[in-house]
Amino acid sequence: MKKKPNVKQAANKSAGILVKRVDANKDNGLGIVQKNYFKFALPPGELILESGEKLGPIIVAYETYGRLNEQRSNAIVILHALSGDAHAAGFHKGDKEPGWWDDMIGPGKAFDTNRYFVICSNVLGGCKGSTGPSTVNPKTGKKYGLDFPIISISDMVKVQKQLIDHLKIDQLLSVAGGSMGGMQALEWLTAYPDRLKSAIVIATALKHSPQQIAFHEVGRQTIMADPHWKDGHYYGGRIPAKGLAVARMIGHITYMSEISMAEKFGRRPGDEKPHKFSAGSEVEDYLQNRGDHFVKRFDANSYLYITRAIDSFDVSRGKDLYEVFKRIKSKVLVLAFKSDWLYPATQSREIVRACKLVGVDTTYCEIDSTYGHDAFLLEVDEETHLVKHFLQRVSVENGVRGKYGVMEYAI
Amino acid sequence: MPSETVPLEYRAILHWIRHGSSVLDLGCGDGALLALLVREKNVKAQGIEIDERSIHQCVARGLSVFHEDIDRGLSDYSDRSFDYVVLNQSFQQVKQPDIVLQEALGVGKKVIVGFPNFAHYLARLQIFFKGITPVTPSLPYEWHDTPNLHFLSILDFIAYCRQREIKIEDSAFIGQNRIIKIFPNLFALVAIFLISPLKSGGRSNGPSIWKNIPR
Repeated sequence: MKKKPNVKQAANKSAGILVKRVDANKDNGLGIVQKNYFKFALPPGELILESGEKLGPIIVAYETYGRLNEQRSNAIVILHALSGDAHAAGFHKGDKEPGWWDDMIGPGKAFDTNRYFVICSNVLGGCKGSTGPSTVNPKTGKKYGLDFPIISISDMVKVQKQLIDHLKIDQLLSVAGGSMGGMQALEWLTAYPDRLKSAIVIATALKHSPQQIAFHEVGRQTIMADPHWKDGHYYGGRIPAKGLAVARMIGHITYMSEISMAEKFGRRPGDEKPHKFSAGSEVEDYLQNRGDHFVKRFDANSYLYITRAIDSFDVSRGKDLYEVFKRIKSKVLVLAFKSDWLYPATQSREIVRACKLVGVDTTYCEIDSTYGHDAFLLEVDEETHLVKHFLQRVSVENGVRGKYGVMEYAI
Repeated sequence: MPSETVPLEYRAILHWIRHGSSVLDLGCGDGALLALLVREKNVKAQGIEIDERSIHQCVARGLSVFHEDIDRGLSDYSDRSFDYVVLNQSFQQVKQPDIVLQEALGVGKKVIVGFPNFAHYLARLQIFFKGITPVTPSLPYEWHDTPNLHFLSILDFIAYCRQREIKIEDSAFIGQNRIIKIFPNLFALVAIFLISPLKSGGRSNGPSIWKNIPR
């Protein structure tokens, strides 16, 4: 029998918000972790973005877990999704919740910090320590707001590459991410083929379909329709909380599946209704709760910039996909989930098809799950098995020293 | 795995496959054959398998594998992209063996096909004397729970190859723990063929056409 995560726990973990009541001191994971900052692209050496605009200085918030070995060959970059951040695992001092992928990163876990040096940074355009629209523009002394330049997935990865250079890592053992993180992994594979040995690409697409863009566009419109948004100049005043909350509610609908919703939500007990037209379903409370929670931790302008970056991503950049994929030198693990209708398995199979055509060494698994897109954060057992063995193989083939030594085939 | 415990059919396949070649195994199951080929022949291995649990086992063996249905997964490959395509015990389980085999012959320079022989004498006796659907060591399933969709004999396959202009380069016939040399269509439980398209592989530097063919 397949072990399923507890439904209530799953509810709280939806889309990166992991609410696990674990005491940091008793946890057998990473314990207390710290955020670091790297500053670069100081004028006049600003970073030239895909749009042609210049941006600098740039600050990158990042965390690292485990130790870089002497050969500097055991580094793995974890790439976060739309609302994620650099805090992927362990606990910040005083926090009750660990990082967003703590189930997968730590001693003995899929990304085993006893073996690997794991790095996770907040994306460019984000609001969790890296430079984004809510950062103060040094030229004006005010927060960028909409003066922040349009950014792309390629710009995010360019910034990550600067961080890797700064950490003096010539070649990564792997990069791994789901959803928008998977897009960054695809970008790493094709833009910097010599800088990585492998990539783990989870629940993502070569580019967004009109349906995927449509959901994001509705989210963006609700933010921009909020009277407090004020063309992005809301810093210091009231924030466009309602708009951002509704945008997030739409997001959560797309992250779940019909089955996972039916399993999780019943009729609300009692007669209490939040508004006259409430149908009395727990799903209403859930979405409201997720939306309200989100506005406390996320910046509305970042949401606009990042969703725009996702929607305009196209790994082929309008060129022949075959030519672009021919550059890939890494081994690739592609994972999809059966009930994920936001990033359906057909999109992952398109990635796999391109890999096949150019002869990239690829493994693909469509994991049986009812959690929809959220599955990439919830199907920990299956992901752990696949990721762990994939990484073991890559590290053995590349002579990364660790306690596993030589790969033993199980025959 | 010590070599004496390697199943006879794997040994036949191992014998045919060149060191350092590329192998696509269609319906690779838990990856036992591919892992053996990687270890013994240092092949570049790729599997395709429909069962998720088997995918997990393959990945644990350090293999690259696609979670796909081989009835529809082959058209993505460019022609001649593998030295060998293996259809071992999956040939009789696909919906359209004719199409899958033609595609395999396009994708691979050579194809290895292994299947249970329906004309084994035990099967013949059960049909003739008992009047029941046969159950044999290589066809161990009851009629209601078999994964096999097609039932063929060694002679059926040879006739099929003639009809489709497929060149049979070599074959191995396996009975209960031994190689069958005489009357394979009667005594072999399992047949394995090494085949290639007749047109492109015209001039042969391997065994001659129709070598080892039972009459």
